[in-house]
Amino acid sequence: MSGTNTSHSPTNHTSTIGAIGAPSRRNTELALLVFAVVIPVFAYANVGLALHDSVPPGLLSYGLGLGLLAGVGHLVVRKFAPYADPLMLPLATLLNGLGLVAIWRLDQSELLQSIQQAGTAAPRQLLYTALGMALFVAVMIFLKDHRTLQRYTYISMAGALFLLLLPLVPGLGKNIYGAKIWIQVGSFSIQPGEFAKIVLAIFFAGYLMVKRDALALASRRFMGLYLPRGRDLGPILVVWMVSILILVFETDLGTSLLFFGMFVIMLYVATERTSWIVFGLMMSAVGAVGVASFEPHIQQRVDAWLDPMREFTLSRANQPGHSEQAMQALWSFGSGGTLGTGWGQGHSELIRFAANSDFILATFGEELGLAGLMALLMLYALIVERGVRTALAARDPFGKLLAIGLSGAFALQVFVVAGGVMGLIPLTGMTMPFLAYGGSSVIANWALIGILLRISDTARRPAPAAPANPDAEMTQVVRP
Amino acid sequence: MSELTLTVMRLGFLAVLWLFVIVAVQVIRSDLFGTRVTQRGSRREAGRQQQAAAARQAPPQQRQQPAGGRRGRNAPTKLVVTEGTLTGTTVALQGQTITLGRAHDSTIVLDDDYASSRHARIYPDRDGQWIVEDLGSTNGTYLDRSRLTTPTPIALGAPIRIGKTVIELRK
Repeated sequence: MSGTNTSHSPTNHTSTIGAIGAPSRRNTELALLVFAVVIPVFAYANVGLALHDSVPPGLLSYGLGLGLLAGVGHLVVRKFAPYADPLMLPLATLLNGLGLVAIWRLDQSELLQSIQQAGTAAPRQLLYTALGMALFVAVMIFLKDHRTLQRYTYISMAGALFLLLLPLVPGLGKNIYGAKIWIQVGSFSIQPGEFAKIVLAIFFAGYLMVKRDALALASRRFMGLYLPRGRDLGPILVVWMVSILILVFETDLGTSLLFFGMFVIMLYVATERTSWIVFGLMMSAVGAVGVASFEPHIQQRVDAWLDPMREFTLSRANQPGHSEQAMQALWSFGSGGTLGTGWGQGHSELIRFAANSDFILATFGEELGLAGLMALLMLYALIVERGVRTALAARDPFGKLLAIGLSGAFALQVFVVAGGVMGLIPLTGMTMPFLAYGGSSVIANWALIGILLRISDTARRPAPAAPANPDAEMTQVVRP
Repeated sequence: MSELTLTVMRLGFLAVLWLFVIVAVQVIRSDLFGTRVTQRGSRREAGRQQQAAAARQAPPQQRQQPAGGRRGRNAPTKLVVTEGTLTGTTVALQGQTITLGRAHDSTIVLDDDYASSRHARIYPDRDGQWIVEDLGSTNGTYLDRSRLTTPTPIALGAPIRIGKTVIELRK
């Protein structure tokens, strides 16, 4: 064989570079999941030690509860989606666990206990997490192939509109501090918009898959932009009108921005035309400015955003309709500094109402500081990255669009909430996915992760082995 | 709790949180850059193939020659790409069939608009003579200047042209 040594090394030039496929990476996921459960348990113990000088009595049950939920999720993924992305489940579990710790930490505050039913939020959030995990498991088991969702394109549209309009039904809808995005069923209030987000992504994906050629190709070039034909503007105008209607009647900037933004992102991905982004940004700017000029609730949010200090003093002077939250949140970020005050040692409870839901990011900002907040945003970014990666790897256009729509909606929601709390954009009534207190949000986002995992399982599953090279194999056998 | 313990826990928690992020990114790294490299005809496999081929095909007098694979005095040992995007690539000729085309499972994957997905193949016949055969490509395979219609033996150094790519066999 010595003769081949010299001629062997050039063979390396002709190696085949193929996509990674075969390893399912479920063990990586398990290891990361264990890590993702240990971190919140550490945080939980830390809060107890800081507040009460003792390890909290619920540590074991809390840790076991989170571990059990994560374990169930992992086993279901191992059984029903063996090639799914190994990172999404641990990332979501970690965020959910940290959210539970922060909610429990705010439960301990006497100030919050005195003004609302706090004190019991963490156990309820754990229950919602269990429900979310149940929905996740259901998606994994019953959604064998994400392409079946494609059949329900127009039913999804009707469903999404129904969910979006539900809060406007008299008697059912509930107006909480100006925004009408809740419905009241029994003793539960539900935010249908969270679920509409997923259903709408299904509709957009199915619709754009069929129409994308017409939208992409029939256009004129003008000043470096592809201008679509007038009649192709129809869909974007309809979605824009609906989101404006949401803004006017439900007075919620976040929901409106989320849906319109998701549509523009999916339109851009489907057609590869930058002009849609330009149109989208212009239309949302026009819409937001237009509505803000006559809708008092939105107007007040914008004023609070432009001058939070004035808002704070007005609220302190007992002017009705003003809130000191925005300024309080900024102060809590400020007092957190770079490394934070440590778990349980901040005073983010001063935000009072919604400290554990819309403003939960302020607690993290104060107690974990900039370093911790950046880590959290990295976790969100990683989830979004995995979603986009799934979209890239997906082989069917519907799966691609659905994955990009869902991860785009997730990213937009994080941006809208984080931007609102940090004072970058006006505040909205949305919740931080997984972190914030709220059943609808946790349940809907677990379903979202479930669908993304299903798509990524299909995308990463190795293709059924084709005969490697029919010519090479067959002819050699046939030759005498 | 003493101030020191809490500070250690605070910094420890941040460290652990970032450690998780870093571990997650490490996992992603294998997805971003982790393409699987399968080597065509790794040494052992090629050797085995060759021995089998030698045992099956080679005339008795050639069997005494070193297993290194020179079947005749003028037998080529490698295939060299002399023009096109893959210029400089060489493939050792070890009795295996070499396929050329745009299909990603080809031995030499041509990134060329003028190449068909399964364009041509080069294989040794039973005497160890290397043959080039066009696999019904759209734009044809040229040996020297003539378009191939039948499987044709390749002379040493004769240019085989596929689209913009030129390959030849060398000793």
